[in-house]
Amino acid sequence: MRRLLSGNEAVARGAFEAGVKLAAGYPGTPSTEILETVAMEYRSIYSQWSPNEKVAFEVGIGASLGGGRALVTMKHVGLNVAADPFMTFAYTGVNVGFVVISADDPEMHSSQNEQDNRFFAKFAQIPFLEPSDSQESKDFTLKAFEISEKFDTPVMLRMTTRISHSKGIVEEGEPVTLPESGFKRDMQKYVMIPANAKKRHVVVGERLEKLRQYSEETDLNRIENNGSSVGIITGGIAYQYAKDVFPDADYFKIGFGFPLPIEKIRKFVSAHKTNLIVEELEPYYEEQLKAAGINVDGKKYFSRLGELSPYRVAQGLKEAGIIKEIVGAEIPPEELFPRPPILCPGCPHRGAFMALKKLGVAVTGDIGCYTLSVLPPLEIMDTCICMGASIGNAIGMEKVRGHKKGVVAVIGDSTFLHSGITGLLDAVYNKSNVTVIILDNRITAMTGGQQHPATGHTLMGEKTREVNFVELAKALGVESVREVDPYDYDGLLKVLKEEIARPGPSVVITNRACVLMPKRIMDRPYVVISEECNGCSACFRIGCPAIMPSKELTKHNQPKAIIDPVLCTGCSLCAQVCQPEAIVLAPEPAGVK
Amino acid sequence: MENKTTNILIVGVGGQGVLLASELLSETAMQAGYDVKKSEVHGMSQRGGVVTSHIKYAKKVYSPIIQYGQTDILISFEQAEALRAVDWLKKEGLAVVSRTRLVPPIATGKKFHYPDDPVADLKKKFRRVIDVDADAIARELGDSRLVNTLLLGVVSSSLEFDYALWETVIRNLVKAKFVDINLKAFARGRELSGNGKK
Ligand SMILES: Cc1ncc(C[n+]2csc(CCOP(=O)(O)OP(=O)(O)O)c2C)c(N)n1
Repeated sequence: MRRLLSGNEAVARGAFEAGVKLAAGYPGTPSTEILETVAMEYRSIYSQWSPNEKVAFEVGIGASLGGGRALVTMKHVGLNVAADPFMTFAYTGVNVGFVVISADDPEMHSSQNEQDNRFFAKFAQIPFLEPSDSQESKDFTLKAFEISEKFDTPVMLRMTTRISHSKGIVEEGEPVTLPESGFKRDMQKYVMIPANAKKRHVVVGERLEKLRQYSEETDLNRIENNGSSVGIITGGIAYQYAKDVFPDADYFKIGFGFPLPIEKIRKFVSAHKTNLIVEELEPYYEEQLKAAGINVDGKKYFSRLGELSPYRVAQGLKEAGIIKEIVGAEIPPEELFPRPPILCPGCPHRGAFMALKKLGVAVTGDIGCYTLSVLPPLEIMDTCICMGASIGNAIGMEKVRGHKKGVVAVIGDSTFLHSGITGLLDAVYNKSNVTVIILDNRITAMTGGQQHPATGHTLMGEKTREVNFVELAKALGVESVREVDPYDYDGLLKVLKEEIARPGPSVVITNRACVLMPKRIMDRPYVVISEECNGCSACFRIGCPAIMPSKELTKHNQPKAIIDPVLCTGCSLCAQVCQPEAIVLAPEPAGVK
Repeated sequence: MENKTTNILIVGVGGQGVLLASELLSETAMQAGYDVKKSEVHGMSQRGGVVTSHIKYAKKVYSPIIQYGQTDILISFEQAEALRAVDWLKKEGLAVVSRTRLVPPIATGKKFHYPDDPVADLKKKFRRVIDVDADAIARELGDSRLVNTLLLGVVSSSLEFDYALWETVIRNLVKAKFVDINLKAFARGRELSGNGKK
């Protein structure tokens, strides 16, 4: 059957056709939909969200050694978290096929950096495959499992946002039949004490030679001959952009990206008068080709920053003298107000940031929807490095600045479970005076609403035990643990003041669920009594998208506020900050669509 | 070898449900026998940020994203967002714009200003602009989410696909209990574009 699938859906399909037994991961844009699709459409595969990528990776290793093909999914920065097992699993090799998805995010559409994980495969000396559309996403997933077993190695499938989130037509096939396999005890191969690891490191080198040979021969690295004197070396999404801009060139399309098919490329290059490398992000091909004495330029014409696009590729080709003209905008772009993402109407995170703004303390931040509090109009978050960093950052900051100045760490529920627990343990162990706010909205919201160990449900939809944050924090040794309602502004302010002043670590947990996921939460909306509104703009400053300027002005020419009754969820925070008490509960339940 | 590509760009604001329209459109093109690609970026953009969806169909499509100035049809779910997308649209391209006005908190301060009449500004730049009071019509039809199929209906009369094909795709992709009302919205859109033919 032919279906229109995203790259992520195609990987899920590929896993199904490859007979995968277990799929594990941690959500992260742009990788998340792979496991969601597996859990929804391919129920024969056991799938799970792990608390973080490292655990997911280790679960995958267990499955592979136990005799079931394993798929592990994560975004690029997730592989940093999983780097420890990743680097050493490269030594042991697999029992049956193991594929890890690294979904990179050039342009940082929803990430804190745009690291190029092609280097990670090279670092670990394992092969990686890179698809350039949905069909290849499926085909390469199957191929990756074959290669994993043939060469006894974990394999990385490197996706990027454009591949993961673009849809294309995919021809679906039947699942393969695999021979029976099980766990075979082999301590020298799987127990990486130094004596064994030394021997395995030799095997890694030998394997690399075999992979080099394979890379020269496989049709994953293919030449497209159009009889041109121009040769373009490219891979991934960059291939598609280049084909759009200059279809008549000859192409060397790289699908098997490590080790590179150096000799095949050398021959291709010598057969062309002009050659050019078109690759997104870092000069990954270029460095290796140049090191092998193949002198072809790339990054001279293309930025290492951000995503490429047909337009940017055309610019580069023009600069390199390969094409003469480029098509661009016929009408110039408009200067317009920005429209940054923003906390939703009724978001339970809003109250905490309003209170922190009032208190004027240093706020070490973390990653999730709540990171949006750094943007106007709230603008109250001082750090954001990586998941779980807020607590460690706060500890360090408090140690050098002292308790009096106040340091508060804010961290989401999913993030706390991902990598905040050890930070909190550190705060207790090393007698830190930080206050940690756990923004428990009972879901992983930023990535689209995934379950986690405190939601009570698994990825496959089963009920399970849920972590109790209060008990957990107490068990770690935190003496002061308090739950607060983030819709009660004064209450929140009071609790935070007390906890910030208190010596020793304390934990404050906000206890309202996300208003969007898993269920939409809608209460009776609020309205502005226009005659009472003095245009002070206090309600605008809480950054709620349901509150807009009305066409009506005060006598000082300030716009009055109006509230969109369809967007308002009735959280009441705006009413709590309205001095003239112009914001009140709507007179009767308005119809909610 | 002719490989004429049709490029359609859909823009809107996170939470408006832009993605259903692009889903229906790309499915229709595929059923009509074309190669199709469609690209959108999820993530941060869902929280009230700008959402864009690129749809391309041809005998063979390479890049899933359109080049500047190469869009044949722009569908905008929000007035000002149409203005933000002008550099994507061909000079002779068609813009179908909902009169929806969503002023973000950032444009309520002193620094930024939401344009008074984005549709008028757009009409100064492009000859072919159809503006639709989509929210009002959708509400009148019974559900604000019908904006999707309504705008698609407007656009459909500028595309080559038969009404019957659209209908099949809507029946297949929309939840059963919403099919009829969506077909009604689609037909209404076709009427608005001056082509009520089925
Ligand atoms: C190592 C790593 N894995 C995954 C992500 C993607 N990611 C960003 S925030 C987030 C979780 C946010 O959930 P939570 O902490 O509950 O906050 P919420 O968005 O619900 O407010 C995830 C998975 C990441 N940035 N880094």
